[in-house]
Amino acid sequence: MSAAPNQQITPAIEMDAVTVSAREDSRLSVLEDVDWKVMPGEYWVVGGMHNSGKSDLLALAAGLNPPQKGICRLFGALMPGDLGGPERSRVGLVFDGGKPFHRLTIEENIELPLRYHHVAGEDATAERTREILDLTGLSPWAERQPGTIGRSWEKRLGLARALVLRPELLLLDDPLGGLDSRHLSWWMNFLDELSAGHPFLGKHPVTIVVAAHNLQPWRHQKVRLAVLKQKRFEALGPCSDMSPLSDSLVRELLAGESTVAV
Amino acid sequence: MAFTLITFGTLAKKGRVAPEVTFPSMRVELAGAGIRLLPTFLFMSAALGMAVIGQAVSWLGRLGANSYLGTILAVVVVRELGPLLTALLVLSHAGARNAIDLATTRALGEVEALEALGIDPIHYLVVPRVVGMAVGVFGLTIYFIIGVLGFGYLFAFLNHIALRPGEFATQIANALTGLDFALLTIKTCLFGIAIGVITCYQGLAQPLHLEEVSRASVKAMVQSVMACVLLDMVFILIYLIL
Repeated sequence: MSAAPNQQITPAIEMDAVTVSAREDSRLSVLEDVDWKVMPGEYWVVGGMHNSGKSDLLALAAGLNPPQKGICRLFGALMPGDLGGPERSRVGLVFDGGKPFHRLTIEENIELPLRYHHVAGEDATAERTREILDLTGLSPWAERQPGTIGRSWEKRLGLARALVLRPELLLLDDPLGGLDSRHLSWWMNFLDELSAGHPFLGKHPVTIVVAAHNLQPWRHQKVRLAVLKQKRFEALGPCSDMSPLSDSLVRELLAGESTVAV
Repeated sequence: MAFTLITFGTLAKKGRVAPEVTFPSMRVELAGAGIRLLPTFLFMSAALGMAVIGQAVSWLGRLGANSYLGTILAVVVVRELGPLLTALLVLSHAGARNAIDLATTRALGEVEALEALGIDPIHYLVVPRVVGMAVGVFGLTIYFIIGVLGFGYLFAFLNHIALRPGEFATQIANALTGLDFALLTIKTCLFGIAIGVITCYQGLAQPLHLEEVSRASVKAMVQSVMACVLLDMVFILIYLIL
C-alpha cells in the first residue's frame, strides 16, 4: 500500500486570533483578533498610520514578542521560542532606522551575527561580509562607525545585517521612510530582486513583509496589501485587484498622506 | 537577585558559546575595568600609603610602638581600605561607563536588534562585563595593596623610621594568614560582580528613552555603592567571627 505524501506547505507566518501587545508595555494591546497567513515566497505590505501597531506586529511575527492572546507560528514553530532557536536564523528583521550597533564599525555590525552563530569560517565570514557590503553600497564606509554615515545608509546597514544570515523571511519596518528618490528607487529594486530570488540568497525567493505608513511606492507593484485600522488587521489581497477608493484609509495610505494615529 | 541568577545561568550555559565574540569583549571590559585604570591607582596608592603611614607614624611614635607599623598597615589596607576603595574607584570609572553604555544601548533599541539576530543580550553584553569587572577589581586591589605598602614604606623611610625592609616585610607576612588571602579574593570578586550586575541591570532591565539614561546611571551608582558597603559589612562580621 502506498500513501500519497502530504505536500502541505508550512506558512512562514501563521497568526490565529492573535492579540498583539505593545513592545514597551505588554499589558497594552495594539491589535486584536489578527488572523493572518503568509505563505513562503509572498510579498506583503502592511499599511497603517503612525502608532497603529505595525512595529509591534512585526516584532511579534519575528518572535520577539509573545502574543497577548492567540497563537503565532513561525515556520510551523510556536513563538516566541528559544532565542537561539533555529527558526530565528530563518527570519531577518530590519528595524526602522536600522538600529545599528553604534560601538561597532559597519563591517563589524554585519560580521557579528555570522561570528556569533559560527555560520562560516574566518575567510568565508569576511567574504560574505564583503559581498553584502558591495550589494548594499556600504563598502566605502566599512571601517566607519554607523553614526557617521547618515540615516539612509543606516537603514541599508540594517538590511545588510539582516540579510547576512541568508534568511527565508524578511520583515522590514518602514524601510522607505525619509528616503530620497535615489535611495527609494534602490530599495524598491532590491526588494523586488530579493522577492524574485537574489543570487546572494541562492536565488531562492525571500518571503517579504513590509510595514509602512505610506503605500504609494507599492501602488503598482504585485504585492499583497493589508491595513491596520482601529486595532484590527485587515488583509486586502493583491494590490492590483483592489479598488483603492473602497476605503478612505487605504486611499490615504496609497496617496502617501498618512500622518495621524488611528 | 533574579538578574544575578540569570547572568550566572547564562555564563554556565553559554560560557563556551561564541568565544570569538565574547572573549574579545571580556578583554575590552578587563582593559576598561583594570589595565586602563592603573595610572589612577598608582596615584591613589601613593596618596593612601602616605596618609595611612603618616597617621600610623604619628600615633605609634607617641606610643613607642613603631614596630607595629607593618602589621597595622597590612591589616588596615589588605582587609579594609584596599578592596573597598578599589571597588569604589572602579565603580566611578568603569561602572559609570557601563551603566551609561548599556542604558544608551537599550534606549537606541540595540538590545532588540541583538534579539532579532538570535544573540542573547545577557550573554553578549552582560556576561563579559561582569566577568571583566570581577577580575578587574581583584587585579586592581592586589596592585593597589602592593602600591600602598610600597609607598607607605617609602614614606616611613623618608621620615627616618627605624624599620628595615626585611623587618617590614616580616611584619606584613606575620600579620596576614591564608584566610586573609582567601577572603580578599572572594571579597574583591564579589565587589566586582555586584558592580557589574547592578550597573548592567539598571542599564538593561527596563525599556528606556534617551532622556532616562542619566537617571538610570545615577541609580546604578548609588545602588552599587550601597551593595559594596553592605558586602564590606558582611566581611567585617566574618572577620570578627573567625
